[in-house]
Amino acid sequence: MKRVPKRTSVDMSIELAKLRLESPVLTASGCAAAGKELDQFIDISTIGAVVTKSVMLEPRSGRATPRMAETPSGMLNGIGLQGPGIDDFIEKDLAWLNQKGAKTIVSIAGNNVEEFGKVADKLRDIPGVIGIEVNISCPNVENRGQVFACDPYAAADVINNVRRNVSASMPLFAKLSPDVTDITEIAKSVVKAGADGLSVINTLLGMVIDTDTLLPRLSGKTGGLSGPAIRPVAVRCVYQIRKALPNIPIIGMGGIRSGRDAVEFFAAGANAVSVGTTVFNDPEACVRVHDEVAQILQDKGLRSLAEIINAAHEELI
Amino acid sequence: MPIVHKGTVVDNKKVGNYFVLTATAADMPKEFKPGNFVAVAIGDERSSLILRRAFSIYQVNDRGVYGGTVDIVISPHGPGTDYLANLKRNDAINLVGPLGKPFSLPKDPVPCVLVGGGYGAAPLFTLAEALTARGCRVDFILGASTQEKLFGMLEARRISTTLTVTTDDGTSGQMGQVTDALPEVIKKSNAAVIYACGPMKMLEAVANVANMHGIVSQTSVEESMACGIGVCMTCVLPIIGDDGITRMLRSCVDGPAFKGDKVRWDQVGKIPSDTWGAPVEGVN
Ligand SMILES: Cc1cc2nc3c(=O)[nH]c(=O)nc-3n(C[C@H](O)[C@H](O)[C@H](O)COP(=O)(O)OP(=O)(O)OC[C@H]3O[C@@H](n4cnc5c(N)ncnc54)[C@H](O)[C@@H]3O)c2cc1C
Ligand SMILES: Cc1cc2nc3c(=O)[nH]c(=O)nc-3n(C[C@H](O)[C@H](O)[C@H](O)COP(=O)(O)O)c2cc1C
Ligand code: FES
Repeated sequence: MKRVPKRTSVDMSIELAKLRLESPVLTASGCAAAGKELDQFIDISTIGAVVTKSVMLEPRSGRATPRMAETPSGMLNGIGLQGPGIDDFIEKDLAWLNQKGAKTIVSIAGNNVEEFGKVADKLRDIPGVIGIEVNISCPNVENRGQVFACDPYAAADVINNVRRNVSASMPLFAKLSPDVTDITEIAKSVVKAGADGLSVINTLLGMVIDTDTLLPRLSGKTGGLSGPAIRPVAVRCVYQIRKALPNIPIIGMGGIRSGRDAVEFFAAGANAVSVGTTVFNDPEACVRVHDEVAQILQDKGLRSLAEIINAAHEELI
Repeated sequence: MPIVHKGTVVDNKKVGNYFVLTATAADMPKEFKPGNFVAVAIGDERSSLILRRAFSIYQVNDRGVYGGTVDIVISPHGPGTDYLANLKRNDAINLVGPLGKPFSLPKDPVPCVLVGGGYGAAPLFTLAEALTARGCRVDFILGASTQEKLFGMLEARRISTTLTVTTDDGTSGQMGQVTDALPEVIKKSNAAVIYACGPMKMLEAVANVANMHGIVSQTSVEESMACGIGVCMTCVLPIIGDDGITRMLRSCVDGPAFKGDKVRWDQVGKIPSDTWGAPVEGVN
């Protein structure tokens, strides 16, 4: 039996940019492929939305293995954005998601500013896409491999370009990297460039060295750190952005394992949450976290999720 | 369809260098086919080891005293496998399965050689039963570095026409490797298919012998996995498709068994330059 969220008296629906979602729990890009595999365990149409693996213009093999290393309460990954390319994605993955009645937020990536625009343009007028998450946390080949999301101008250029290639009503979420001195600076810059919301956070850059070979464990040497180990960093980022931008819709993520973890993000200012690495441990996690949040709210005697969003900001409530 | 099962340990006994752990598994045995594996959680929902570990399913029982159960063979050598080796009867254990594509079985009752390296023998016994049920002759080769690392000798002898044992150090059976014994077994049994599970180097060598003899091989690979269910893309290796194009396929859902002549063995751990979507000079 596929797991679906339990019915409760608590109103778990949320407003996110121009969207209204029945559940605040989404998948995280790269941790749910395009929903099909998870649909064996949970009914994928009953979660807030499926955020698909970042897709690029062309098919991409990704990096050589080893692509991962387990770390204390987390993992390091260097997948290298393996994927089928946008055309194949639309034809197969998106078609499947639509047929299932899933709500899909497509994560897109590019090697340069122009490529992001091209991928976005391909999604114009494609039914079933309720939003686009722009993964600016990948390296910019034109700029010595520097990550777009680490530079306010490069980040804004990407968002600007994507904005011009999608309809005005398409909600755009910019996905930010925590590896910056001041994340609010990047946040403000991409919002000004046309992002309707922010996805916070992508992985932290890390390295694991094999003490037998004395060499980095991943083929790409560095990789992205995720999982419960990064949760306090993620909560801090959401909190700082909420303080700087009181009204911007935020999808919070980074190490959410339980409903209680998700509640931290809501209180810090997230309007929705994505569950990533935890799905590898528990394929039912997106539904379980939803149920656990509902239970916590019920135990607190609250009637809706909206009542705890921003609760950590006394000046905002 | 795979399920997530919060089960309990029914038994965990030491066999040579290994532990054979039996866990309750609800309906998993009904869905099971030889070659499937389970992904086992290490510790409870507060554990700091968040990735599941993959284990071939060794045996299933769908109507025991405990309902459905599965058996896995554990070779303790790291934090996850040590944890599982230390589990006691009635301890909690969380399994996801059955996972992966099963071995393909031949349509006709042809002779098959099954080659197991160390604990890699684990998935071959249910396979042998399925093959025997189809009227296939089954010959077994079990190999390991040393005697304690051999697994399943008695059982292999029981369900096969012949059993050949090899150890690197000669502590049991012939001294040498499984591939030293393989050509002779192929010849005697007139084998049409070889199934193999074990270390990657062994699989490569077995696939080469099969190719030289012009016979089909199915090799069950072991790649590092983060999710086991097909969502993370960590477990890939270069596989040649029916269209001749090499793609990085996920061993957890497209495998773990692949045709031996379709695996680019010398390129495992690399991206061959002719792979679908391989990096182009100056990009990536
Ligand atoms: C399809 C399949 C079937 C397997 N069947 C068996 C079996 O029947 N018996 C058995 O003892 N072992 C089996 N393994 C290997 C087993 O999964 C690893 O030995 C185990 O994950 C190591 O965990 P650890 O914490 O003890 O060691 P560590 O080496 O510390 O593991 C750290 C991390 O790396 C991953 N990892 C490390 N080595 C491997 C490996 N060889 N394969 C996959 N992941 C790895 C682990 O999942 C973990 O996330 C199988 C692996 C696969 C992929
Ligand atoms: C294996 C893996 C692959 C990922 N791939 C992507 C990706 O393609 N695009 C993206 O924006 N984020 C990607 N991420 C980052 C996650 O979406 C998420 O931001 C991050 O892992 C933090 O959340 P978590 O701790 O819940 O996993 C990936 C993470 C992991 C672990
Ligand atoms: S282990 Fe995650 S895709 Fe295979």
